[in-house]
Amino acid sequence: MMKDICVLVEHQRGKIADITFEMLGMGREVADALGYSLNAILLGNNVKGLVSQLGIADNVLLMEHEALSELIPETYLQALNKINDERDSEVVLLGYTNMSMGVGALLSSRLGIPFINYCKNLKVEGGKILATCVLYGGKVEAEVSSSQDKAIFVIYAGAYPADKGRADRSPTIKDISPPSFERKVVFKTYIEPEVGDVDITKQDILIAVGRGIQNKENITLAEELASELGGAVCASRPIIDQGWLPMTRQVGKSGMIVKPKLYLAAGISGAPEHQEGMRGSQFTVAINTDPHAPIFDISRYGIVGDALELLPLLTEAVRKKKGG
Amino acid sequence: MNIVVLMRSVPDTVEELEIDGSGKALDTQWLRFITSESDEHALEEALILKERHGGSITVVAMDAPEIDDALFAAYAKGADKVIRISSESRNVLTSAQVFAHTLKDISYDIILTGVQAIDDMDGQIAPFLSSSLNIAYLGVVTGLTFDDAAGTFSVKKEYAGGLRGEFILSPPFVMGVQAAEKPPRYVPVAKIRAAMKNMAIEEASTDIQPSSNIEIRKMYKPVVLGRAEILEGSPQEVAERLASLIAEQGLLGVK
Repeated sequence: MMKDICVLVEHQRGKIADITFEMLGMGREVADALGYSLNAILLGNNVKGLVSQLGIADNVLLMEHEALSELIPETYLQALNKINDERDSEVVLLGYTNMSMGVGALLSSRLGIPFINYCKNLKVEGGKILATCVLYGGKVEAEVSSSQDKAIFVIYAGAYPADKGRADRSPTIKDISPPSFERKVVFKTYIEPEVGDVDITKQDILIAVGRGIQNKENITLAEELASELGGAVCASRPIIDQGWLPMTRQVGKSGMIVKPKLYLAAGISGAPEHQEGMRGSQFTVAINTDPHAPIFDISRYGIVGDALELLPLLTEAVRKKKGG
Repeated sequence: MNIVVLMRSVPDTVEELEIDGSGKALDTQWLRFITSESDEHALEEALILKERHGGSITVVAMDAPEIDDALFAAYAKGADKVIRISSESRNVLTSAQVFAHTLKDISYDIILTGVQAIDDMDGQIAPFLSSSLNIAYLGVVTGLTFDDAAGTFSVKKEYAGGLRGEFILSPPFVMGVQAAEKPPRYVPVAKIRAAMKNMAIEEASTDIQPSSNIEIRKMYKPVVLGRAEILEGSPQEVAERLASLIAEQGLLGVK
């Protein structure tokens, strides 16, 4: 049997997530370099209609069952296990998303296949797949390969252009019959996002604060600048977890994806999870005490300094400019 | 209800990270270690559950520099028992095996740990334990509610964009906690000092040898492309320069 690379299709409420196309595009390159075939694994309930979007894959391995209506890691594991019994895939790609969190590690543990997390890209060298892993919040990278022929890679969103993973071809559908599912975890309902006072996805100007802001009171400094510029304040995860700002202000993997005209990151180091939410900003500037902070890699201008000192100075400078 | 919280230490990224002579690992000589942030949230969620429903909390941590401080702090916050596992391993694969082995001697209904850590390159603790202990798993958890009458838990999990899902399951299970319902509590130093006097950390050990199924070819600090132009000068000067740059983009708000 031809060796293959499998991409787990991630979809929710009838829509395929972009990460899927990123992985399919990346998977296509790797599969072609190795002479493997590329399979998209589509699990769900009444999802056959999504198949036509997966044309870049050679095959779509389709399993439909009511138990697969929502992505519950254990149920997905049982489905993937069944597929593995029939196909024995070499490589599995999964998205680094909240939705599929845990599926790769469960599969790795169940099948004894190496698990390689936090991958920002894959390349082929000497017939082997090398992954670049982003570690320690983006401060260090590593080039990693599996010690076996097989591997499960978990891929960051934004690692590859999603458009390159779309194609107008019809893949071959291979129906796979579902196993009898053991259901320890039951999905009950969605909890819709809270409606906040400000929709940060609709703002042209965002002043974003992170750990460097140090306490809740200091957020006022960002609010003053936002008010002077006619924008709003948003934040990275730690600020939300501290309860200093509501969830509706969170930018990043679990929060909102924002694309403002100005994104000013104050005291945010710029871990990959945060970058995922603001990478599309038009003009990004950053203030951080650490000259090596990853946020400077994706900013147009940077200031190495203390946000607490600089925010008031910047507010004052903006006020003067507007006045003059 | 017996709640077990699993903790690992990770390098504090506030400090500069250096690569060692092998070019394949961090130079541990200068590293400062802190408890993985989401593990602190797992402990907080356990404390919240105990306050609501009673039960006991056992904190199990892999040995690491300064881990005793974290364990005394956990005790001062309300943990009933703290266990330190002596192990040299740092990788996640081995840590999961060591945790699984240690848990054979501990009675648990639910196991909470952080959803993931910044060094989770070769695994994730909660899903690995789910497999080896054959218990249910859910990750990216932001809250658990126990229904006494039904004996089941309702668990909230985060997706993206503020969307969350609610799931129902029965113990035993292991959860990867993203964030507790409330920020991890502060504990006064005096209480930690009292804990150091009044309690003892239990020790556990295993003969599990460190192993790995991935090959790190090299480790390095990222090569930076398209890095920001760093503005130089006094704080006053750089602030004014940045205001001018924002103005040049036509982004000065007009009220």
